Amino acid sequence: MEEVKEQVISLPRLGEPAPAFEAITTHGVLKLEDFKGSWLVLFSHPADFTPVCTTEFIAFAEIYPELQKRGVELLGLSVDSVSSHIAWTRNVEEKTGTKIPFPIIADLSKEVSLAYGMLHPGQSKTETVRCVFIIDDKQIIRTILYYPLTTGRNMQEILRIIDALQTTDEHKVATPANWKPGDMVVVPPPNTQEMAEERVKQGYECVDWYLCKKKL
Amino acid sequence: MACISPDGKPTKSGARMLRALNSGPGSPEEIAKDAGLPLFRVRSGLRELAQAGLANQKDDRYEITEKGKGLIG
Repeated sequence: MEEVKEQVISLPRLGEPAPAFEAITTHGVLKLEDFKGSWLVLFSHPADFTPVCTTEFIAFAEIYPELQKRGVELLGLSVDSVSSHIAWTRNVEEKTGTKIPFPIIADLSKEVSLAYGMLHPGQSKTETVRCVFIIDDKQIIRTILYYPLTTGRNMQEILRIIDALQTTDEHKVATPANWKPGDMVVVPPPNTQEMAEERVKQGYECVDWYLCKKKL
Repeated sequence: MACISPDGKPTKSGARMLRALNSGPGSPEEIAKDAGLPLFRVRSGLRELAQAGLANQKDDRYEITEKGKGLIG
């Protein structure tokens, strides 16, 4: 009897280097390392010429200028060919007036999809689910979002997460629930009793020693 | 190839990179600034130009070749 071996691939995790790749895209052959020094939003969509994906691509194109202000590049992916990507994006521009300015990986071999855990057989055996990987300028994975096939992504949440991560990096703070730029940020909690006693005297807005906020 | 068409001529972005290189050797960052292209496109494009013999890489800097000069007239 023939033995069937299932290959187990570990999924990328937060705080770890993003899996390297070299992929054929609508902007030529790109490597992950080509994006070093920029933040990168790598996202997958189920298929070209599908309705929810079309609304998402228009929405990604609309936030692209905002992403660029934050030093972020966009890179799409699906298990379709470059010809299909080109035909679809040209159709989107023709029908809606929106030009898709970012590259899209044609992952026919599924190499990148598998490395990033974008294929979820419970949702589809052939299409990638709606994944978002936010990768920082040092190519470390900082956020992973998975959306089901039927739910389009929220672009404002993607921008909000990038703002939060970049604020954290710049000011060494955390951000509370529903935070948006301009709101108070959370001061890291003290690690010792002495620091806790000092914390409440430091002029922050404190609920108690472990939850203090400040304006930036 | 994103920088070179099947007929061997540089694409619009390829020509912008070659013109930037023609004004002197540079790093991908410098070429991106001169050519007005995103850095990721320039890193990928310079690899292509080098593979096609239109540019040479020395450490992290690139310079245009005679063949490259011939393509931008």
